[in-house]
Formats: sequence, C-alpha cells, structure tokens
Amino acid sequence: MSLETFRAETRAWLEQNCPESMRKPIRSEADICWGGKNWTFASDDQRIWMERMVEKGWTVPTWPTEYGGGGLSKDEAFVLKEEMKAINARSPLDSFGIWMLGPALLKFGTHEQKLEHLPKIARGEIRWCQGYSEPGAGSDLASLRTKGVLEGDHYVINGQKVWTSYADQSDWIFALVRTEADKSKHEGISFILVDMDQPGVSTKPIKLISGKSPFCETFFDDAKGYVKNLLGEPGQGWTIAKYLLSHERAGIVSEASFGGLNPVTAAHQSGEVDENGKLEDPILRGDVARLTIDGLAFDATMRRVKEEADHGEGVGARASMLKYVGTELNKRKNELNMSALGSDGLLWEGENETDGDPARSWLRSRANSIEGGTSEVQLNIVAKRVLGMPSA
Amino acid sequence: MSFILSEDEQMLRDAARGYLAESASVSALRSLRDSKDPIGFSRDLWASMAEMGWCGVLVPEEHGGVEMGFAAAGVILEEMGRHLTSSPFLSTAVLGATAFNLSGTDAQKSEYLPKIAGGEIVIGLAIDEKARHKPEKIDTRAVKDGNGFRLTGAKRFVGCGAGADLLIVAARTEDDKINLFLVDPRANGVTRTDRRTLDSHVPADFQFDDVKLDGDALLSGADDSEQAYRQLLDAGRAAQAAESHGVAVQAFETTLEYLKGREQFGVSIATFQGLQHRAAHLYGELELSQSLVRRALTTLDTQPSQSPLWCAAAKAKATAVSRLSTAEGIQMHGGVGMTDEYDIGLYYKRAQAAGEFLGDDAFAAGEVARLSGY
Repeated sequence: MSLETFRAETRAWLEQNCPESMRKPIRSEADICWGGKNWTFASDDQRIWMERMVEKGWTVPTWPTEYGGGGLSKDEAFVLKEEMKAINARSPLDSFGIWMLGPALLKFGTHEQKLEHLPKIARGEIRWCQGYSEPGAGSDLASLRTKGVLEGDHYVINGQKVWTSYADQSDWIFALVRTEADKSKHEGISFILVDMDQPGVSTKPIKLISGKSPFCETFFDDAKGYVKNLLGEPGQGWTIAKYLLSHERAGIVSEASFGGLNPVTAAHQSGEVDENGKLEDPILRGDVARLTIDGLAFDATMRRVKEEADHGEGVGARASMLKYVGTELNKRKNELNMSALGSDGLLWEGENETDGDPARSWLRSRANSIEGGTSEVQLNIVAKRVLGMPSA
Repeated sequence: MSFILSEDEQMLRDAARGYLAESASVSALRSLRDSKDPIGFSRDLWASMAEMGWCGVLVPEEHGGVEMGFAAAGVILEEMGRHLTSSPFLSTAVLGATAFNLSGTDAQKSEYLPKIAGGEIVIGLAIDEKARHKPEKIDTRAVKDGNGFRLTGAKRFVGCGAGADLLIVAARTEDDKINLFLVDPRANGVTRTDRRTLDSHVPADFQFDDVKLDGDALLSGADDSEQAYRQLLDAGRAAQAAESHGVAVQAFETTLEYLKGREQFGVSIATFQGLQHRAAHLYGELELSQSLVRRALTTLDTQPSQSPLWCAAAKAKATAVSRLSTAEGIQMHGGVGMTDEYDIGLYYKRAQAAGEFLGDDAFAAGEVARLSGY
C-alpha cells in the first residue's frame, strides 16, 4: 500500500473511531491513560479509544503483529502520528512498558518472553515500573546492591529500590539485581522481570515538593524472580539497562518538548498582555522570545538527529545531549510560566480552577534534570563519548 | 527539505574547505590586516571564487549562474566562517544576487546577474542609518526628478563598502515606501568614508547629497517593494547566521584540541570536569545553532513563505552561540587566548562583528516575538 493510500485510510479510520472528547488537550494527569490491572478509566471514551486502538495494534504501531503491535513501517507510523496530531487525538495508552521495557524486550528477549509480555503491554493489561536506583546508587547506578540468589527455577531477591515511578500502581517491575556476586561491579548485574503481586514486594510513595507522589520506594524481602523472566544472560543487565536508559531519555525529552502551558498562554491568563496580545513587560517578552528560539532549535535538532540516525550515523551518546538540552529547556519554560502568571501562579489548592497545576508542574520540572541521569551525568557522557575528552 | 547535506552540497563543502584552507585562511586575514589593505579583501580571491562557480550560487542558469540555492550558499559561508575568510561573497553573491532576483526587472537582471556570477562586480548593500540595525528606520529619500531621481541621505556600516563597485541603497520614495536603488559609489554627490572594524574588515559609511539617478536605477521588478526588502533581509540574516555558525564551530574545535594538548598538574587539562562541562554545554548549543541555520536556509529554498521566523531564530541563535563559543574559547585557552599570536581572539572579534550585521541576537529575538504574535 502506498503511503498516500495509507494516509487516506488512516485519516478515515481515525475520523470514524476517535471519540470527540479524546480530541481535546489533556487537562490533568487523569486524562493520561496508563492501563494496568488497577486502572480506572477516566471516562467511557477513554476506554473505548484505547480498545479501538488496541484492536488495530496502534498503541504500539511499529511492534510486530504477533506481539500485539500494528506491524507498521517507520514511515507509516510517522503518518499515523501526523494524522493523530492533525485531529489533536490523545495518545490512547502511555506506559513504561511501551516506552522502555518494550524496546528492550524486542532487542534482548526470547520469543517466549516476547509472547508472554509484549501483548499485555500493547493491550494495556499490565502496567510496568522501573527498579533501577537505590538509596546508595543514584548517579553511580552500577554500585547497586539489591541481591538475587539462585534457588532452582527462581532468584530470591532482597534489597530496596527508590524513585520507582508509579510503583504503587504498577503490576510488574523490571529490576536491576546483583546476581553474580563474584563478578565485577558492572558484570554482576542481571535484568529481571518481577511480578509485584507477591508478599515479598511492597511499595511506599514518596511525597514530593509538588505535593504529588509520582515516585515510590520499593522493597524486596525474599521476593521471587523467575529465571524464565531474566532478560538476556545473567550478568548482562548493565548492557540492557544502558540500552533502555537511552529510550528513557528519549521519553523524558519528548515529554519536555512543547506540550502543556507556555508563557504566552500564561500571560494571557494573568492579563499581562496589551490589546494586541503583546507581552507588556519588555524584559519578559525578550526572555520568552529566547525560549521560543531555543524551542524551535530543539525541535529542529530532534528532527535532524533522527534523520541522521536513519542515515546510519546513529544517535548514540548524542541522546545525552538531547536529554540535557531538552530538560533544561523545560525547566526554563516552567520558570517563565510562573513569571508570566505572577501571583496567580502561586495558588495551590482550591483557589483556582487548575488546582495549582502550573505551580506543581513548575516544581515537578526540577526533577527533569535529575531523573534518567542528572544533567551533570549527561555532560560527563557528552564530554567523554562525543568530544573524546579523557577521564581523569 | 533535508537536514543532511546532499551529495552536491557535500562536494561543495569539501572543495570549499580545501580551497579556503589553502588560499583564504586565518593567515590571509592576518596579512590583509597587517598590510592595512585598503579594501580588506583580495580581488584575486574573488576572481578565483567566480571561476569555481561560487559567485553564481544564487544566480539562475540563464544569467550565467549555477543556481544551487541558499542551502548551498550556507555551506560555503559556514566554511568561510571557519577560516575567517574576508570576501564579498555575502555582500555580492548572496545579498546582491538576491536583491536582483527579488526586485530586479528583466533588463536589470540581464545586465547585473551575469556580472555577479562572473565575479566582475563587488556590491555593497546600504541599509543602516543608525548604529543599531533598524531596517524600517530609513530616512534616505529618493525624490522624482524628470525621468530619474535625486537621492539624499546617509548610510553606515556598508559591508565591503571600501571595495564596492556598485551600491544597492534602501531609500524611501515619495509614496513613503522603501525601495532599492542602484548607485555608483563614484557618482557626483557620493562621499565615502572607510571604517576599519575590529575584525579587519573595511565597511564604509556613505553620504548622498542630491545624487542624480537615472530612472532605471530603481529596482522595480517586485510587486511589493517592501515585501521584497524584508525577504532580502531575511535571506541575508540566514546567510550571515551560517557564517557565524562556522566561526563558532571552528573556535570550538580549535579550543577542544588545545584542551587535549595542554598539560597542567601533570595531566591533560581535558580531564578536568569543570572544563568538560563547559565544553559539553557548548556542544549542545552548537547543535541547536546548526539545526536552526540549516532549517532557515532550506526553508528559504523550499517554502519561502515560512522563512521569516526561521531566519530570525537562526540569526539570533547563531549570533549568541558564536559569541559564546569564541568567548569560552578565550577562557579555556587561558592566558594565551588573550595573545594576538593565537587565533582564538580573531574568532572572538569576527563573531562580534558578524553578529551585528543585519541585527544582533536581541534584535532578532524581537523579530521572533513579533512574528510569533506576542
């Protein structure tokens, strides 16, 4: 089928199947469909939209059909994305399974592992979280100490993870576990998929400065992780983790690009514009213009890097550059939102219709340059792997 | 429209890099400076550029050019930025050719475009009347006089002004519209004052006292002369941004090499995290600048109606990043970065001057705000 035919058919199908209310901008967290056993749909339309897209395999358009995907080529997937954007269609399903675990399973999983786990991700049946960081292993992730001891067909896992996003609402966790006690720091780690519905796994939310708790602590007390759910080889976990981190960085970056409130809209809300819609404060206007410029530059750079990657030059360590630039940009955007909103931006609970959303988003954005590797870690990676500057 | 250079563009880049390193490198700029060259560029170099086809990069084939487009012109300009090449390429092959393409009548195109492609004339574009770029602030007047005009006013900072054979002057006509006029810099009533700038270029200021112009001095081929004027400035900004970006990239690479070679405390200073982070941050800024420059140039070639925002954004970013890159270059070189012997200071100076031409980053950011509707 030609791309043009595909586009026409896709447009017609979306027109027919995307409910009207799913073509409106996302207003709050509840509008994002995460799926999983504990998921409560925010509306019938949200459920219907997800189910229809699942049916087509379009929650994960490029995955093979036998694993629940749409089997689309890159170009077709891009057309689908464009056509969805054209009608402002919301994403039918978002999850760490789709962004992070899926690509790793596709690359490192056995056929059985793929058949077992991928379709459940594609259909939004199982919600996954990521067990990487530990209280003593942040930027120095490879020093993690959560331990797995082999006993027959499973590992007995003990230890603690931290910053596990949405662990309290997740069904399974993909975790880095030290299984090879006699091996070196990086070579002793395995990548194990663990069912959280067992007595040995418990979670505790961490309250953040934004007043919300997207992150948890996760505890393993003699938890079982089956050998059949170990991805790759024992001791290969660090390689898989690094591969997956590059996908995580891409995810954080696309989150950082220009959705949500922007300073111009914010200024309109707070009445800081003149009758022609011009920002009244000239210094703020200049700051916003520089943000616009960097936003255009960042979007263009994402496209350029993608194009170059398709030409075989690879993204490689440049993912770290994108993560650094994108997250710093998102922080700047949030700071300017707050500036444009003035005292309206300070409202916290019940005082405005958005229930403190701009302030919470501003506070949440501080984590962008910490999670998935801090800005400083990204700069280290760029210096060493892109610029060839030697280690001390 | 691609971010990746086409095969032709790659060949052009490689040829330009090789040629400029040989014939128009930093040492060539130094000798122009040290000999106090009266025009600040080499006419022999300009003739060679014509032989290689560069002068006709924006000239249609029917007028003797190769018409490769703005993206290709940007490839050449980036290489010129890398080598600090001083030449009339921007003033003549880009701005001159574009002025004729957008605003010239068929007769004007037939007369002048072949001369541009052949490297036979050097053109100076005379816009600014104040120290800071304000392209709408034009007080120079062209008053009807018989079949021709009388031109009165003053212009500053005309690139390649000291060596220009022909001026293209922005002036208001009696309907108060901005129009472009062809003026012979040697005509009666024209006074030229050469200005040597810190980057060793020699722009000039011009005074026009009741200068008599023929009727065909007016570039009258555009439907809307002010629209064409703005398009010309947009194209010039994108092109100047490409040169600035080249300055930035070369300054960065030179500095990185210096860091790797310099030892203190018994180790390469490139191992220091303080310097690594500054360099890595700069690398990110260079990537942003590169994307905007390329985007602006390819948009001029393929979707001109979309180009004003991209051209302004590219000018703002490339100006800011070239100044940052060269300033960081001096800092990271340490003491030797302050000496005339090392090249980094020359890059710093060129970044400042190139950034000013057709509006600095503050000006261009204002354009971005205006074009974005806030």
